[in-house]
Order: sequence, then C-alpha cells, then structure tokens
Amino acid sequence: MLVIKDLHAKIDDKEILRGINLEIKPGEVHAIMGPNGSGKSTLSSVLAGNEKFEVNEGSVSFNGKDLLDLAPEDRAREGLFLSFQYPVEIPGVSMVNFMRTAVNEHRKYREEEPYSASEFLKLMREKKKLVEIDSNLTNRSVNEGFSGGEKKKNEIFQMAMLEPKLAILDETDSGLDIDALRVVANGVNKLKSPERSTIVITHYQRLLDHIVPDYVHVLYKGRIVKSAGKELALELEEKGYDWIKKEFED
Amino acid sequence: MAEDQDKILEEVTGGEYKYGFYTDIEMEEFPKGLNEDIIRLISAKKNEPEFMLEFRLKAFRHWLTMKQPNWAHLNIPPIDFQDIIYYAVPKKKPELESMDDVDPELKATFDKLGIPLDEQKVLAGVAVDAVIDSVSVKTTFKETLAEKGIIFCSISEAVQEYPDLVKKYLGSVVPHQDNYFGALNAAVFSDGSFVYIPKGVRCPMELSTYFRINAMNTGQFERTLIVADDDSYVSYLEGCTAPMRDENQLHAAIVEIVAMERAEVKYSTVQNWYPGDKEGIGGIYNFVTKRGICKGDYSKISWTQVETGSAITWKYPSCVLQGDHSVGEFYSVAVTNNYQQADTGTKMIHLGKNTRSLIVSKGVSAGKSQNSYRGLVKVSKKAENARNFSQCDSLLLGDKCGAHTFPYLEIANNTAKVEHEATTSKIGEDQIFYCNQRGLSTEDAVGLIVNGYVKEVINQLPMEFAVEAQKLLQISLEGSVG
Repeated sequence: MLVIKDLHAKIDDKEILRGINLEIKPGEVHAIMGPNGSGKSTLSSVLAGNEKFEVNEGSVSFNGKDLLDLAPEDRAREGLFLSFQYPVEIPGVSMVNFMRTAVNEHRKYREEEPYSASEFLKLMREKKKLVEIDSNLTNRSVNEGFSGGEKKKNEIFQMAMLEPKLAILDETDSGLDIDALRVVANGVNKLKSPERSTIVITHYQRLLDHIVPDYVHVLYKGRIVKSAGKELALELEEKGYDWIKKEFED
Repeated sequence: MAEDQDKILEEVTGGEYKYGFYTDIEMEEFPKGLNEDIIRLISAKKNEPEFMLEFRLKAFRHWLTMKQPNWAHLNIPPIDFQDIIYYAVPKKKPELESMDDVDPELKATFDKLGIPLDEQKVLAGVAVDAVIDSVSVKTTFKETLAEKGIIFCSISEAVQEYPDLVKKYLGSVVPHQDNYFGALNAAVFSDGSFVYIPKGVRCPMELSTYFRINAMNTGQFERTLIVADDDSYVSYLEGCTAPMRDENQLHAAIVEIVAMERAEVKYSTVQNWYPGDKEGIGGIYNFVTKRGICKGDYSKISWTQVETGSAITWKYPSCVLQGDHSVGEFYSVAVTNNYQQADTGTKMIHLGKNTRSLIVSKGVSAGKSQNSYRGLVKVSKKAENARNFSQCDSLLLGDKCGAHTFPYLEIANNTAKVEHEATTSKIGEDQIFYCNQRGLSTEDAVGLIVNGYVKEVINQLPMEFAVEAQKLLQISLEGSVG
C-alpha cells in the first residue's frame, strides 16, 4: 500500500532524509525508531505533505497513486492520517464542527453523501466509546486548553472518525503517563484491521509493549540502517543506539 | 516557507466580490449637486412639514462651515460633493398589497441576495422593511406590530404620521453639528427606518431592514431612529450588500437609538457594501454615525457589527450611558481584504453612576488592507463606579496588510475601573497544515480558523443572521485556491 523509494528531503538546504526505502503492506504495523535528529518526524511530515520540506529525490506510491503529487488535503482524503506530535490549537472552532467538516470532506471525495447532523452525532458517539474519550472533549474547541494526554487521545479519536488506510503515529507516546498511554494504545489496537496499516514513530520500547509491531526499523542520519522484527526494539532498549551508529559508521 | 504561506494566503484572500450585479429598475433622478434649492426640492418631494425643512436647512448651513475631517487612519480620495445625486426614487412607486405586487425584477434581486422577503421568512417571524435606494418598498408584519402599539415604518412615513415623535427625537442623539458627514446626512437624508416600542412592550420579532445602493452616482443617506420607551425590548437587524460598480459611492448614514428606563435595544449589522475590485478600484465609502443614548436608569444598548464590505469604513457605534446602572456593549468583527481600509470602533461615554461597558473587537486583515480599531472610553466626573472592559484582537493574513489599535481613555473619576486587553496574531501555517491533514482545503481551513476567531462576536447575532455572517466571512476571504 505504501512504497517509498530512495526518498530525499531537505529543509532550508539542509538534507534530512537521504534515501529512505520502505514498503508497507496492508494490515502491517511498522515501528520506526532512532536517535534524536535522525529524521523520524521529517519522514512523517513529508509523507503528510508539509510544505516546509522539499522533496528533492525519490518517489512515494500510496495505493498505486503518486503520493508526492497530491495536495496535503488529498493525501488525507486518500486515507493517510498523521497523529501529530504537537497537535495545534484552533480557538473558537468546536471539535464537533471541525470533525464534521473533515468527515464530510472525506465523504465528498469518495462521492458519498455528507452525513446529516444526527448520523454524524451517532458516529461520533460510537467512536468516542471505542477510544474511551471523555464526552466533554468534543464539546470544546480543537485542542484548546487540552492537556498533553488529552491532545494525544484526541488525535486517536480523530483517527477513529476518519478511518484511514495508513495511520502515522508521530511520537504519540511522548508526554503521556502510563494510563493515558494505555488508553491511546488500546484505541490504536481496536482500530487495527487487515486493511489498515500503521507506522509508529517512537523513542521508546514501552509503547511497543502495547502496540506490537511486525517490523522495527532504525533510522539514522536520514536512512534506514537496520530492519528486523519486534525483538529489535527490545535490543535497542537494552543496548541503546551506539552499536548501530558504530555498525553504520564502519 | 514563509513565502509559500503568504502565497497561499494571497490566493485564498484574493477573492472577488460575489454580489456584483446591477438591477435595471427605472430611476427618477435629481440633477447632480447640492445647494439649498436641492434641499427644498427633497423636502417638497417628500411632502415634509415645515419643521423638517428647517431641520435640513439648519444642518446644511452648518455643514457649509465644516471641513472634511482627516484624523482617521484612512487614505480618502477627494470627494466632489457637487458630483453626487442626492435623491433617487424607483419610478414605479409601488403601493403594495401583497408579494405579488412587488416588481419582479426587484424580487429577483432580493432573491439573489438571499433576502428573506419570501413567505417562509415571514412565517419565521422576520418583518422586513426593504429599502432599495431611497424609498421603502415593502413593509411586512406591520399589522402584527401595530397590535402591540409598535411603530415600524420608513422615516418618511413617520414624518407624516408621527411628526411629534420625530420632532422630539430626531437629532437628539446625533445633533446636526456633531460631525461633517452627520451634518450632510441631516441635510439630505432620503429615507430609512423608524421604530418606536411603547412602554412595557417586548417586540415579538427581530426587526430587519436591508439597505441597498442601486443607482449610478447616487450617494445614499439613510437615517434610522429607534426609540425604546420604559421597560421595552427590541432587537433590530440591518444588513446590506451593493452591486458591482466602478465609481466610488458615498454612504453616510445615521442611526440614533434612545433607550428609556430599563429598556433594552440590540442593534446588529452585517455590512457588505461593494469593497472595490482586487486592485482597489471602486467601492463604497461608508462613513456612518451610529450612536445610542441610555437615557433611563438600568437601560441597555448593545451594538453588534460584522463589517466585511466597503472600500473605506469609518464608523464608531457609540453609547452614551446617561442613566444610572445603564449598560453599553459593542461587539465587532471587521474584515478587510485587498485594498480595503477600515477605521472602526466605539465610544463609551459614562455619565451615570454604576454604568458598565463592554467592548469586544476582532479585526481580520488580509491582502494589502489596513484595519484600525479606534475606541474611546470616557468616564465623567459624576460617573461613580463606572466599569469598562475592552478586548481588541487583530488577526493578520499574510504580510502586506496592517492592523492598528488606537485606544483612548479619558477618566475623570477615580472610582472607575477600566481594563484594556489587546492581541495581534497571524494565522499559523501549522494551523492550516493541521486542517489540511484532516482533509480540509486551505480555503476552508482559513474560513474555519477565522470563524473560530470571531465566534465570540458572531454568537451575539440572532441565529439566522449568524449563519449568514459566517458565510459572508468565508466569501470575503475566499479566492482561487485549487
């Protein structure tokens, strides 16, 4: 479903991604780990279409389409979802209004009728229950005054509403306490399906205790330098990144 | 990347005015220019009593001694007052029994604008006094209002039918010597609305008037007078759009409100005059004097305005808080785009004891526009325990526009408590990207963010008006993305 070939990207003339190759099949969960500054968040931004970054080489195909050719909103409508590391606040815009607009834009793209208010509210109730999000969060403005944990839960709630084909979780575990981590991980697990793929970007093994990956990749200096099964995460937890850096430098 | 964002914003905000059309209705026009003969002619045409002619002439003579002011943060091209036609009436002056009698062309225009003159809206409880150019064409629900003793008619009609009320209150809040454009209005005003709510009556529906400018070279001088007697309540809505035009048009209206003991008046405006094209050519000059006086104790006047149109807006809806415990409120959204200029705000004049005022102003600037908030809070010597809170926020879209805040405080009583808060922010590209990532186009994202930003003000509008205003904001900032 997602095929990344030799992807290079830069910001302000500084090359961050230097030849990423990655293939993800439907239903798979891939974890991307790596030391600070290795390009993990850049990869998620580039896939989502953040124009801060310039792609200067390579290709990305998403369900047979040229992803890099699509506007950010069309990537979203095609089923790519990014759970932001730092979700932004949009004062005065209610979650209900925001989500309804978003869901109906997706439906319009698929040439489906927009949901009526009652259909939409019903869907929202179901999804809220699924991801165990507090009722009052959806009555507030988008992320405004949310705690770190609430913001991350809210991202997962939005993911549940939009039912993406590919979800990218960018350091969703950062700033979460154990309970919030469990809620977020449960949400993600409940949304797992044979069609839905997930990329989990994280520093720590602990999230991967809850969301078990099929593959673990290590990103270092803009390249994937090691790929293996879930046991790699445990090894990294134990030994850190130094041995990989060393291996790579040699 | 900042450039990219500006480019996007420029595209998004480079929208053109969508209500640019012109209705071909036959006009009976006066010669251009202004002198005493023209004023006598206007007065005669309207069959006015002597006191009205005197009122006009006095104002005109005073106007001749005045100079056009230039203290606002505006760049106003010279106006040739002799090149303006001061009176225009649709030729087929209709006396209408029902909707069927309305000129179909006019009806089509109203439909295009979405003006609720149709049956559904009437059933929804909106009485509409539609003004096209200078004469009121149709007034609905008048009878229902009359049962309660409420007077809602054109000001020309009020001059004929209720001369005592008009004589008593006209010019009592905005005297003819008040300001340059106010004096001009007093001299030549053509029509407008008159509302009187008797003692103890709560007006059962929102009163609304739609103004439109529709004749070439015709300055429009509306005059509205609202009097709310003791213990009464009324909510009045004013909304307008104007057709596409090359030449600048002068609009100098006056609104006067009088609130007696415990009376409450809510005045809401959605202003969407033609703002000029993308290059800043054409557009309406909107120089309006709006003022209300809280004459009685415990009275309240609340102004809400959504200003998206006009090439130049110069407008300060104000409250004179004379009665003890009286309350003045001002909620404003001013959107400027392309080459529009706005200098708008309010004046809260605290005269009575324990008077309170609240100011919430939200400016949105885009394109190459200039948007200024100018507000005065004045607490007089005798105004014990006066309270004011002002919140002035500016939102910038792109980096070629300007936002300015000019607060004036004149406090002569040391028991006063006056607070002023101001913020300036830009729409963040991270906010837009977040919306994009959820499937919203940049255009929709900007609309959503702006509507969120102005929500506090929009919430003050009556429900159906709020929906209309939200659409208008989106349209005003819409462009050619995608």
